Amino acid sequence: MNQLIPIQFKLNGTVIQTEVQPHQNIIELLNKLHLKGARESCGQGLCGTCTVIVNGTAVSGCLEFAKSLDQTDVRTIEGMEVNGVLDPIQESFIETGAFQCGFCTPGFILMTEQLLDKIPNPTDEEIRHYLSGNLCRCATYPEILKAVHLAAKKRVAK
Amino acid sequence: MGNTSESLKEVGQSLPRKESRYKVTGQTEYTHHVKLPGMLIGKIFRSTVAHGKILSIDTSQAKSYPGVFAVYTADDIKTIIPDPYYGPAFLDQPILAIGKVHFVGEPVAIVLAEDPHIAENAAQLIIAEYEELPAVYDEVEAMTSDVIVHNELKPSGTFPDLKHLHGKKDTNIALDYHLKRGNPQAIFDSADHVFEHTYHTQQVMHTPLEQMVSVADAQHDKITIYTASQSPSFVRLEIARLLGWRENQIRVKVPHLGGGFGAKLYIKLEALVVATSMLTKRPVKISLTMEEQFYTITKHPTTFKIKSAVSKEGKILARRCDVYWNGGAYADIGPRVTQKSGFTAAGPYDIDHVEIDSYALYTNRPPSGALRGFGIPQLVWAYESHTDEIARSLNIDPLEIRRKNILKEGRPQATGTLMKGAEIEKVLESVAEKIGWDKPFDKGTGIIRRGRGIAVAFKAAVAPTTSIAIVTINADGSCILSMSSVDMGQASDTSMAQIVAEVLGVKTAAVKVSNPDTDMTPYDMATLGSRSVYHMGKAVKLAAEDAKNRLEKMATDMQMTAPYHFRDVFIKHYGMQAGSIVGYGSFIPTYTSPDKKDGSTLNATPFWMAGATGVELSIDTETGHITIDRLINVVDCGNPINPEIVQTQISGAAIMQLGFSLTEKMNLDSGQVTNASFADYKIPGFNDIPLVMENEAVKAYQIDGPFGAKGVGESATFGVSPAIANAIEDAVGVRINELPMTPELIFMAMRKAQNKS
Repeated sequence: MNQLIPIQFKLNGTVIQTEVQPHQNIIELLNKLHLKGARESCGQGLCGTCTVIVNGTAVSGCLEFAKSLDQTDVRTIEGMEVNGVLDPIQESFIETGAFQCGFCTPGFILMTEQLLDKIPNPTDEEIRHYLSGNLCRCATYPEILKAVHLAAKKRVAK
Repeated sequence: MGNTSESLKEVGQSLPRKESRYKVTGQTEYTHHVKLPGMLIGKIFRSTVAHGKILSIDTSQAKSYPGVFAVYTADDIKTIIPDPYYGPAFLDQPILAIGKVHFVGEPVAIVLAEDPHIAENAAQLIIAEYEELPAVYDEVEAMTSDVIVHNELKPSGTFPDLKHLHGKKDTNIALDYHLKRGNPQAIFDSADHVFEHTYHTQQVMHTPLEQMVSVADAQHDKITIYTASQSPSFVRLEIARLLGWRENQIRVKVPHLGGGFGAKLYIKLEALVVATSMLTKRPVKISLTMEEQFYTITKHPTTFKIKSAVSKEGKILARRCDVYWNGGAYADIGPRVTQKSGFTAAGPYDIDHVEIDSYALYTNRPPSGALRGFGIPQLVWAYESHTDEIARSLNIDPLEIRRKNILKEGRPQATGTLMKGAEIEKVLESVAEKIGWDKPFDKGTGIIRRGRGIAVAFKAAVAPTTSIAIVTINADGSCILSMSSVDMGQASDTSMAQIVAEVLGVKTAAVKVSNPDTDMTPYDMATLGSRSVYHMGKAVKLAAEDAKNRLEKMATDMQMTAPYHFRDVFIKHYGMQAGSIVGYGSFIPTYTSPDKKDGSTLNATPFWMAGATGVELSIDTETGHITIDRLINVVDCGNPINPEIVQTQISGAAIMQLGFSLTEKMNLDSGQVTNASFADYKIPGFNDIPLVMENEAVKAYQIDGPFGAKGVGESATFGVSPAIANAIEDAVGVRINELPMTPELIFMAMRKAQNKS
């Protein structure tokens, strides 16, 4: 259990060199690096609360081993705010009140980014489908739907 | 600053949550993230049997597992806490099992290690032997069963109405609430019609996404507890009581919660982290997994037998309610749920003759407590299903029968308390109007059939409970609100700051809210039961007014006249930017305990909540699959402090109840939960949301509420389940009397009906 594996990866643009244990998952590593946005909740990759972006693709951080990040490019919610300026998706979530307790919010925001990268102006149906892997127990879904539409508009305006 | 305009500037505005930026950037500090130097992680070893005598616990292998710091059982706990039983109503729950286990999943031992994986692996090496005892799982069986869950009842002394149960043996009844008004039996004997139905609800769990988590850092004569708790003041009180310490030796700090819904009340993990931190002299953290949460606290399953005497015109003349609450192995707050919801079990109707018997029962299931509604959704499920069944039998329109019987302003409710300030009629009429009840409705003729249903409900807020608040004005004019209300997503920080801002004439964004820290923030009973806006809101308003009065007095003493900047008053008074003004506010409503004999009281509650639901749905008659086409929820929450947040509370509550209505159920096999994960326990996701949702807070004003406001967190849960059941019967003519209303259940009911005809 004490075996340490050296890994190197890019985290929100910064190169990280560290060592991980073979059984540690991505969330444990991110916590060790003092990032708090991706959180383990259901522990089975079913709620999306632990979402992180690895090489441009969303993964469940609670299911993937930290060692798998070696030589990858990792993006988390902490990488969305640039020089103190929020991403339009983050602004949209605030303006539409698209969260309550906020625990699931980073996962929803990262998945919204993935969605809008693929489909810049999604329909309600497409939003529901794409975000169906993320769960919000406060059930702020109606507001999230509005937030995604608003974010789509803001991105076009940008 | 210093604005004293009469019209409201901050209250009534849909301001974004104060902590918004933290939440969208992932920077919110939850207890989930707390790390302390030298911290050990605890993993719990749990019972595998539902009811049994503990013969032995062998921890030797776990203790010798490399990296394990310590392994403890109840024997170790007792060396520092000789009587380690806790609970808000009964002192029935041991920190770790003593002598007996009472449900599958009960904590029996704990392993502590710096590495959570080591603690987890070692916990699997513990071996416990039990002599299995017969178990009881059903609430009605528990009334008369030979299986007795607890040998002797131990009321905590907190509630006077539990005193008579002290030392009682050979019973599973943890509270029996009886109400009798008029002479129901005589009416039943002579009425045109008597209807009797039985309804059931299932066991479900809150599943907050931030799982229950607590950290304790025990030192020689003081302990700091970091915990995801809805009741920091109670945690302090109960830990102090367990240890025989003063309250000021226990410090409880609560940041924002990743959801609560009633799961994080009273003592959950706090006593265990405190005891193990004292034993190890190291900080200890325990975070439950999602699976473990299902073994910690749940919502009461219920059986509700309801009987009504009705005239041929549809007037309800008498009603009898027998409600059995399955409290599981430990009472938690169940006895309170039993009594408080018992007040309103007969529904929001004007009935002269009422009899209610409500029982809290111990069984060998995981414990039950409060879950968004404090028992009300279970009652409404029964009485509003019953209302429609009566209407259908008498061939009266479901809306008309409600109109005919509805409890009007100023009329006595079943307890004898006069109904005041609840817009029950208004919420019902608004739902009827929105759904277009008087307009034709296409029910379909093919495979897909459509139906619609309504339900209306009310709730007596839990009383009497205390809230205290402090508002400090600093020398630069900035202000801080200190309170122990817990923001678990309902936006109490924002709405309370709006109240302070309104009183002081400042901007809400400029008011800092101090989150609960019992060394700094004053007492609050708890964040539960939609009580905060009314109780804490009033305390906050009083505190802000007190601060304002002190500032004005200081200004008058300095011969200053408004308008002035707050800072200038301080500079003039203190000769420099120095000093503080502290405003204090305290609120406890009046309350009269129910009469021991007939359960009546003329003052059952400080305020009433009201909610109504309308549903339109489609059913695939070949599969029983339901689609909710439209879900309408209308509530009375007085004058909303923050209208958009109120909207979110309404739809959030309704969607949560939708899960409890259609998909969620803890399946038990010999007391073992067989679906304790999101893989098999289905909470609502994006695809489960009705295509059309309409929410409304009717125009209302709670006369003694802060700026006319009252709570809203639960109101939209009330009517969802029965409105769906009523719509199902409207669509396909079958009555579902248990939850959740799964496609299988509906399909089988339809087949059964076909076979009969």
